[in-house]
Amino acid sequence: MAADPSGVLTGQHYLDGNHAACEGALAAGCRFASGYPITPSTEVVERIAARLPRMGGMFIQMEDEIAASITLQGAVWAGKKALTVTSGPGFSLMMEHIGLAAMTECPCVYIDVQRGGPSTGLPTLPGQADMMQARWGSHGDYEIIALCPESPQECFSLTVEAFNLAEQWRVPVMLMMDECVGHMTERVVIPPADQIHVVDRRWTKKPPGEFKAFEPGPDMVPDMAKAGDGHHLFVTGLTHDERGYPVMNQKAQEKLVRRIVDKIRLNADKISRVEEDQIDGAEVVVISYGITSRVAMRAVQMARAKGIKVGTMRLIVAWPFPENRVRELASKVKAFVVPELNYGQMSLEVERVAAGKAPTVLVPHGGGEVHDPEVILEAIVQAARGAR
Amino acid sequence: MAVTEIKFGGFGGQGIILAGIIVGKAAALFDNKEATLTQAFGPEARGSACSAQVVVSDDRILYPYVTHPSIMVLMSQDAFTRYAGEVAQGGTLIIEEDLVQPAQIPNGATVFKVPATRLAEELGRRMVLNIVMVGFFASVTKLLTPEAVRKAVADSVPRGTIDLNLKAFDKGFEWGRSHPS
Repeated sequence: MAADPSGVLTGQHYLDGNHAACEGALAAGCRFASGYPITPSTEVVERIAARLPRMGGMFIQMEDEIAASITLQGAVWAGKKALTVTSGPGFSLMMEHIGLAAMTECPCVYIDVQRGGPSTGLPTLPGQADMMQARWGSHGDYEIIALCPESPQECFSLTVEAFNLAEQWRVPVMLMMDECVGHMTERVVIPPADQIHVVDRRWTKKPPGEFKAFEPGPDMVPDMAKAGDGHHLFVTGLTHDERGYPVMNQKAQEKLVRRIVDKIRLNADKISRVEEDQIDGAEVVVISYGITSRVAMRAVQMARAKGIKVGTMRLIVAWPFPENRVRELASKVKAFVVPELNYGQMSLEVERVAAGKAPTVLVPHGGGEVHDPEVILEAIVQAARGAR
Repeated sequence: MAVTEIKFGGFGGQGIILAGIIVGKAAALFDNKEATLTQAFGPEARGSACSAQVVVSDDRILYPYVTHPSIMVLMSQDAFTRYAGEVAQGGTLIIEEDLVQPAQIPNGATVFKVPATRLAEELGRRMVLNIVMVGFFASVTKLLTPEAVRKAVADSVPRGTIDLNLKAFDKGFEWGRSHPS
């Protein structure tokens, strides 16, 4: 369906990534946000706090990130689309409730504008070291979806997509920005509302009495109802049956947790999204995401000028990881080069999936700034030399 | 592929960041170019030296930061001391002439001077000095069309102040035409 025009600021703008993400949320139909402002994500809540009340929505500044990360889920069960936004230290505090959202299949969006860590680290400077936390940060087995914008334009469009994926698959979706894309200002084109594809909530068509809140459809995802609509609605983080009632035994655990994992794993090829460039015939493939993919592209252009056959794969959806595609490439290329603003996170996933068929060369960076393209170039040159 | 790196420096409160936004917006929205703005965030950017950096290009910008600015706009002595040495060889230095006394000019740069604060005061509002500076910038660099920069000024200032700011732009632009380097 098309977007609700009341939330769509159609036109050309000169915006930073944080403001653009806010506009993406409003275009997607987000009408509730909770937050505890933290650098470098503060501009998102500043803008959404000013914009939401004018379209019948609400922003609540909570006492901390733990509260913010559960407040949005309350709004979702009351029928709204909702987000919260934070950075590393707050993201850590939100982990338990992200697990609750996975267990209760609560469609909601968490934005993490990554800064240098661990702990309070580098509040005003970029990092990409929360990628594994996004995937594994809460306890227990679960799956999430994570997206990585590389520009303010994508901060807009991928926030829309984050909401769409959350609604379609009923999972918490992480928008993994970084300080650089959050604070950089570029042209952002917001299309007319009728050209923005928005996925509505999977409202049940069953009458009260017949509806079961956790009865999966053919795609393994249950339809929803909201509190107060006359349906029987029981939501708990305990292992539960299709009615939502706690059932604490192995059989119920297998049925429920297997499904919330498999609904993403078995559909990973549908959810996964990468952007590839000159992969055919490439000796070396550079895999990157977020701001690093732009810096890496400069290095790739320099490498191509030297005559090296180098392709690129940009992870637009980082989780679920594009396993099948990387596995396929591993038997064709001589090496993968993975630059990231951390000491090795997504590179571990590349290495795992490549399974020894092609070496994975990490180009680590502790964060605080972006890579020097020359350093990535050197890694590409070395990898290509090893390949010959 | 023409890439121009620009750095604006001054002290917090002079409207340095807005000057950078106007130039970036003029390029990206009204002059059919690409423009990426980055800025220094953090406590050091409030009150003391602060900077805005703009990369303008005919093609897609990959690396977002300014490394060798060919144009620098410096509006305080502190900013000159801190940043002037970064100007590219043979680049352009644009300075607020009452606030910046350059001891020496680095890297063979060409210097353009404008009394932006005084010109703003003549318009009755000292705070439009950054827009005077933007007008002067447009005039001496010819990087962007004056129409695009004027549109970006009108699009970036509070509604009730558009006329005043356009006058400030014109005043700076005129100064550039009548006072070459």
